[in-house]
Amino acid sequence: MDWQIIIAAAIKVVVFVFLTTLPLVAMSVWAERRVSAAMQDRVGPNRVGPFGLLQAVADGIKFLLKEDFTPDHVRKGYFWLAPALTMVPALLTCAVLPFGSQLFGEKMVIADLDVGPLFVFAIASLTVYGIVLAGWSSNSKYPFLGGIRATSQMISYEISLGLSVVPLVMIYGELNLGNIVMQQAQNGWALLPLWGEGLSVKGFLLAIPLFISFIIFTVSMFAETNRLPFDLPECETELVAGYHTEYSSMKFALFFLGEYAAMIIGSGLAVTLFFGGWSLPFGWLTPESADAEVPLWVGAVHIGTFFAKVIAFILFFIVVRWTLPRFRYDQLMRLGWVFFFEIALFNVVLTALLLWGLA
Amino acid sequence: MAKVVERPKLKWWEQLYLPALLSGMRVTLGHLIRNLSGKTKVTMQYPEEKWDEHLPEHYRGAPALVTDEQDRERCVACQLCEFICPPRAITIKPEEIPSDDKWAKVEKRPKAFDIDMIRCIYCGLCEEVCPEQAIFLRKDYAITGTSRAEMVHDKERLYEIGGKRDGLVNKWNELK
Repeated sequence: MDWQIIIAAAIKVVVFVFLTTLPLVAMSVWAERRVSAAMQDRVGPNRVGPFGLLQAVADGIKFLLKEDFTPDHVRKGYFWLAPALTMVPALLTCAVLPFGSQLFGEKMVIADLDVGPLFVFAIASLTVYGIVLAGWSSNSKYPFLGGIRATSQMISYEISLGLSVVPLVMIYGELNLGNIVMQQAQNGWALLPLWGEGLSVKGFLLAIPLFISFIIFTVSMFAETNRLPFDLPECETELVAGYHTEYSSMKFALFFLGEYAAMIIGSGLAVTLFFGGWSLPFGWLTPESADAEVPLWVGAVHIGTFFAKVIAFILFFIVVRWTLPRFRYDQLMRLGWVFFFEIALFNVVLTALLLWGLA
Repeated sequence: MAKVVERPKLKWWEQLYLPALLSGMRVTLGHLIRNLSGKTKVTMQYPEEKWDEHLPEHYRGAPALVTDEQDRERCVACQLCEFICPPRAITIKPEEIPSDDKWAKVEKRPKAFDIDMIRCIYCGLCEEVCPEQAIFLRKDYAITGTSRAEMVHDKERLYEIGGKRDGLVNKWNELK
């Protein structure tokens, strides 16, 4: 029995993390380049494979074959540790994301933890160590400044990120992401309460704090993943390349992949929390309960739905990146501490009042 | 005198930042949709699509030597182009035309005529200065090679690019 659980978990790790998330990382790099090109009236990479789809493979080969140069003036141990520290936590957070309902009677989540969002925040906040170590161990001014910026930015926005999820947890009374998705599948998504119990005055009223939560969560997610309106740690106009200035070859690629992996996990978390994870809208093909038998094809449809939503969210990430100019650093800090922190706190109180009034 | 630049007073919805975000997205997504539906004129796909038929008449590409309608090489090795060439890309070795030759009265012809295409700046001064209309800038622009030696065009290659050109300069023509 124990062996079965371990083997099932191993298969899920291999299939979900290594055969799905990592290729998705590669594909999102390609999508980023093609979409940005289309938005700027260019063509983008279209030479390697059909529509340039194999560009990521070519990039990977290039990164592997390049000289892996370690400058003389760096602290070697930390310098080597830093890229791994950005990549690994991003992939670790995959563990609690429910990417489907059931397949062959197995729940489609690697670790069915009862502390899902907490686990994600705890592990995701470790990525800051990678960036700080990279900035500090490079022993050069631009990486150092980038590292400092990354630290303060990520610590600041973690607060509003955590607080923005509190209303959601209060409403669903759950920290298990699988159960949150199940509730949304039956009673309407957090932002689309149009079926089940969600189709009521209570559901509509509760959608207001959830919508505020969603905006704070999304913006904080951009800041956490160092994406463009908030990419001050690496802003090339001021800091050359920020914390990874001294890196080359596969070590640089690991930072790059870590950033995109974090983006995918962030999208996955946003989809799970606010858009009903793997569930189809209007309660179509929703299982009766968490333990009910799910036919094979329905399970497959659920997995497909999850990834379709994640990809849509990634495209949103990309469009935002190529639309908005970068914030100034004091604006960034003001937005995080003065606005989002307060709004998120107020939102928690609002949710509590609504729940109390509607009970 | 100090000039005071008044900062615009932002309305409350402008301070929200979100309307600006949406209007920015309208611009970028508009470009995206126009591009994807093929309405935008985008970059030419270079090796497959070429610009060649749109090249203007006065286009200055690789310099080349030409022969006249009797297949005589027009160049008389006066070396004016060698002297005027700003990057000194041209090297000419003149030789005397033997007296039994059909064109003996031309007296001089180039024994070797090298143009180093790494140095050439396509300025066209050689074409302007040539008294015999023997050197012309053609429309070849993709001059490539895998070594420095390959990038030096010798006489044979120059005539190959240039080919034959009918026209004036009948000064030395036997038929005159």
